[in-house]
Amino acid sequence: MDWTALTLSLQLAGLTVLILLPLSVMLARWIAWSGGRAVAAIEALVMLPLVLPPTVLGYYLLVGLSPGNAIGAFFATLAGGPLVFSFAGLVLASLIVNLPFAVQPMARAFEAIPQSVREAAWVSGLSRWQTFWRIEAPLAWPGVLSAAALVFAHTLGEFGVILMVGGSIPGETRTLAISIYDKVQAFQNEAAGLMAGVLLAVSFAAIAVMHVAGRQRRQRMAPVAEF
Amino acid sequence: METRTGKARPQEGDGPGALRTDALRTGPAPDGQTADDANRHANHDATPTGLDVHVRQAGPIPLNARFACARGELLAIVGPSGSGKTTLLRAIAGLYRPKGGAIRAQGTAWFDANAGLWLPPQARGVGLVFQDYALFPHMDVAANVMAALPQSLPAMERRAAAHALLARVNLTGLEARRPHALSGGQSQRVALARALARAQSCLLLDEPFSAVDQMTRERLKRELADLRTTMSCPTVLVTHDLSEAMTLADRLCVLARGNTLQVDMPGRVRLRPASAQVARLVGHNNILEGVLRAPAADAQHGMLTWQGHTLSLANTGAHAAGDAVALLVPPEFIVLHRRGRPSQGERENPVDGTVRAVTILGDQSAVRLEVGADTLHFTMPTHAAQRNGLAPGERARVSLLAEGLHLMPRDPR
Repeated sequence: MDWTALTLSLQLAGLTVLILLPLSVMLARWIAWSGGRAVAAIEALVMLPLVLPPTVLGYYLLVGLSPGNAIGAFFATLAGGPLVFSFAGLVLASLIVNLPFAVQPMARAFEAIPQSVREAAWVSGLSRWQTFWRIEAPLAWPGVLSAAALVFAHTLGEFGVILMVGGSIPGETRTLAISIYDKVQAFQNEAAGLMAGVLLAVSFAAIAVMHVAGRQRRQRMAPVAEF
Repeated sequence: METRTGKARPQEGDGPGALRTDALRTGPAPDGQTADDANRHANHDATPTGLDVHVRQAGPIPLNARFACARGELLAIVGPSGSGKTTLLRAIAGLYRPKGGAIRAQGTAWFDANAGLWLPPQARGVGLVFQDYALFPHMDVAANVMAALPQSLPAMERRAAAHALLARVNLTGLEARRPHALSGGQSQRVALARALARAQSCLLLDEPFSAVDQMTRERLKRELADLRTTMSCPTVLVTHDLSEAMTLADRLCVLARGNTLQVDMPGRVRLRPASAQVARLVGHNNILEGVLRAPAADAQHGMLTWQGHTLSLANTGAHAAGDAVALLVPPEFIVLHRRGRPSQGERENPVDGTVRAVTILGDQSAVRLEVGADTLHFTMPTHAAQRNGLAPGERARVSLLAEGLHLMPRDPR
C-alpha cells in the first residue's frame, strides 16, 4: 500500500473541491440564470473536458504549462516554480478536468429554483447576498453536494491527464491511480489490488452521497398534494 | 417579462382580446360620479401618500401607462393577456426597469428615468403576491412570513408578528407546515401574509386568484374584501377577470397594448366607457355606429340616426351634430315590449327587429335581436321570454332607454 500516494490523492481531491466549488457556484448561477449565445458557448466550453480524451487534454496542458511559453511562464512566476511535473500543476489540471462535473449538477440545481422565488426574496427585503445564503444555497445544496462528491471521486480516479502533466514523481505527482499502474507494471498485484479496493470504496461512497442528496432535493421541492 | 411560466391563459370561449364579463350586472347607475368623487379622484394624483405611476417605453414591451392609487384604495389593472399588466406591476415592485417615466410612492421617487433614479426592490417596502405565490419551499409557513419582516427585529418579535399576520389571513395552526403540504388556497394566504409583512408603501397582487379552484376563489375574494377595510396602503390588483376587478376594486385601470385607456370607477368604466375599445374590453356587445343629428328646436335631447331609426339621447357629451359616433347600448337598458300590454318606457326609442336566437342560461335567457344590419344582445328572465313568445324568426319590439345610451368616438380607421 502506497500511503504517500493515497495522501497525495486525498490532498489533490480535497484542494480541487475547495477551489472548484465556489468558482463553479458562480459559473453555474450565471449559466442557469442568463440567456444568450455567450451562455451556450461557455457551457459548451465547460463540457469539453467530458468528451476530450484525457491524453489530448493532458497534452495541451503539458505544452501550455511548460515554462517555455508565455502562459506557462506566467503561471510559473505565480506558483514560484514550473507547473509541469509539480503538485501545483496537478491541481490546475484537475480544476480544468473537473469543471463539467462541478458545474453541470449545480447549474441544474440553480435552474430548478424558480425566478419568482428569488424575486420574492428581493421584494421581501433580502439583499442579493442574503438571498444567496438563505434562499438559493439551501435550495441548491443537494446539487452542490452532488457536485462535490462527483469531483472528489473523479479526482481520485483521474489517470490520463495527471500522467501527462505530472508524470509519476513519488510525493509530488504520483497519485493513487498512477501508483496502481506502477505497481501492476512491477507485478505487485497484491498492492495494486488493495489500492484499487480503496478507490472503489471511495467512489461508491461518493455515488451514495449523490443519491441521498438527490432524494433530499426531490423531497424539498416536490409539490405534494394536501393530505 | 410577460413570458413567465404559469401565466393564466385566457378563458376558453373568450373572443379575441375580450375580458370575462360574467356576474357583471352592476345595475343602471350611469353618471354615478358626483362632484365629490371627481374631487377625490383628482386629489389622488396630487396626494403625496399614495402611489403615482407613469411608465413609458417603445419596446421591447410597448408601454404608455399613467395612473395613481391613493392610500386605502384598491386599483385594478384589467386588460387582455399580453397587455402589459404584469410588467407594470413588476415595474412598481422594482423587478422591471422601464426605459421612461417615473414612479413615486408616499412622496418618494422610486424611479425617475430623467434623473437616472432606480431603487432596487429591497429599498421599496412593497408587498407582492406572485401569480404562482413563489413561497420559499424550504421554509415553513411561519419562516416564509418572517423572512419578509425587518431583520432588525428580534426573532421573537418577528415570530409573533408573523403569527398575527397569518391570523389576519385566516391561517392559524399551519405555522410549521412546509409549502408543499399546503393547498392552493392556503398557499395564497401565506403569500398574502408575507406580502402584508412587507407592504409599508403598497400592496401588489398579480392574478392572485388564478391558481385556485372556483369555490376557493370566491372565498378568497370575500376575505380580501374584508381585509381591505383594515388596510391603509395603496393596493394594486392585476387581473384579466373583469368580474373580479368590478367586485373588488374602487377604480379600474383599463390597459390595452400597454396603454391606459381609462382610469375610473367600475360603474363608470362599464356604463360610460371612454371609447368603443374600452367598451369592447369590458365585455359590451351592443356597440353600434350612428350619426348625430342637429338638435331639435327644444334642444332637450340629442338625436341620433341608426339603422333608419331616430333615437333620442339624454346626453351627447362633447360630440357635435353631424359627427359619426359609436353608440353603446348596455343590455340592461334594452326593454322588451310586452305583447298586448303597454310597458314602461314604451314610447322611448322603440325599435323593431327579428329574433335570431334565444339561449336559455338558467333563469335568464340571452336574446339576439336583428335590427337592420345590426344585432342587439340582451338578457331577460327566461319565463318572460317564453311568455312573450320569443323564438327565432319572431318579430319583437324593444325600447332603448335614453338614459343608458352612451356616445363614444368611433375607432380610428
